[in-house]
Amino acid sequence: MTNWLRDPTAETSSLKRARRAPPPSLAGLTVGLFDIGKTRSDEFFNRVEKRFVERGLKVKRYGKPTNSKVATPENVQKVADEADVVVIGLSD
Amino acid sequence: MAERLEAKHRGGTALAARKVEYGDNDDPEEICFQRGWADGLPVTPPTDVRVLRMLSGTKRRPDETIGKIPPYLADCTIEKVAINAVLAGCRPEYMPVLLAALEAALEPVFTLHGVLATTYFSSPIIIVNGPVARRIGMNSGLNALGQGNRANATIGRALNLIVQNVGGGRPGEADRATLGAPSKYTLCFAEDESDPEWEPLSVSRGFPRGASTVTLFQGHGVEAVVDQKSRTPEGLSRSIGSSLVKIGHTRLTQSARAVFVLSPEHYAIYREAGWDRKRIERALYEVTIRPGREILAGADGIGEGVPASRADEMVPKFHEDGLMVVRAGGRAGLFSAILPGWLAGRNRLELQPVTKQIRE
Repeated sequence: MTNWLRDPTAETSSLKRARRAPPPSLAGLTVGLFDIGKTRSDEFFNRVEKRFVERGLKVKRYGKPTNSKVATPENVQKVADEADVVVIGLSD
Repeated sequence: MAERLEAKHRGGTALAARKVEYGDNDDPEEICFQRGWADGLPVTPPTDVRVLRMLSGTKRRPDETIGKIPPYLADCTIEKVAINAVLAGCRPEYMPVLLAALEAALEPVFTLHGVLATTYFSSPIIIVNGPVARRIGMNSGLNALGQGNRANATIGRALNLIVQNVGGGRPGEADRATLGAPSKYTLCFAEDESDPEWEPLSVSRGFPRGASTVTLFQGHGVEAVVDQKSRTPEGLSRSIGSSLVKIGHTRLTQSARAVFVLSPEHYAIYREAGWDRKRIERALYEVTIRPGREILAGADGIGEGVPASRADEMVPKFHEDGLMVVRAGGRAGLFSAILPGWLAGRNRLELQPVTKQIRE
């Protein structure tokens, strides 16, 4: 991002971390597919996985049991540990 | 232009405040609201160019610390003052006035923490005297206590934003005002010094004639005083006194300070009779001294009032030095105004108005 304002506060609270820049290429990276638990997410992710694999990418599947609850920290940390980029999916 | 080039080529490296980034599709004014930097009205987004331009209004170094801002006693640099001045909509030439106002507010006897945290209506009221007021175009005439003048509006607003943003004094959090008042957005004006025979507020408070000053008062406003018929200074004083005693509650003697904003037409009655500031202030003090038995607690089933033990005393409404008369207003209208002081003003030595000379 190239736009910014100057903080008028005493800077005692944290700033939201800036979003990471996307990688220039997916070559050699592990793509995580994170199913948020909507009813037909698996159909969507099965297709996405097939397309990624056809391109020679390594794919790992993740998910949480229901869309009504947020992912646990352990769940998120497992994804952060194992995948380089993530697709988070929503499908009804 | 110079600030634009500096911001472009040095990337704002002259500034120390952290950057808050936002996306191309974000509206910077909305970012200010989302971050909690505004006071309910839109603010000017503090870009590097605007902050650098604001800093050009003072010779003081951006990294100089001006003091700790209550309630959370955070260090405040000149740069943070400038950023909040941008938010408020100030022009760079207002900076010396704002810095003097902030220094006045930080004097322990001003009790800025209490003014912010109180359940009462008060906030800092700023009164400007001297040539700086004319130089930066402040209003002391028509609608002086109202909207429409940039310097009046934004200097007062900037001071309150500094307390909110640097000090952390947010409404509903450390600011515990039961109702608050519109004057908590801003209440800042200049005294009308057009009559050379009138002693300006700054001179009455010990500064030389011709010096530019800010006087900070803990209060709120505005309460109207109407008298279109009295024509003698004695009668007008008694008439004004009958309004002054009503501050807070007619039987209360706690709100022991007030600013009385004297309009030109009311002033003309005093002036023609040869009354000066000291005589007017003394008269208003004296006409608001009442027999204790007239303001006893419990009379007519009203709980407020002075205890029965004071029935035989003459009870003043104000401290002897508790009334500050300030001349302002348009030429037509036999109306003046009261800016009532904070109830905690009953502790005369603990809580006082503060006047500071403006360093330009």
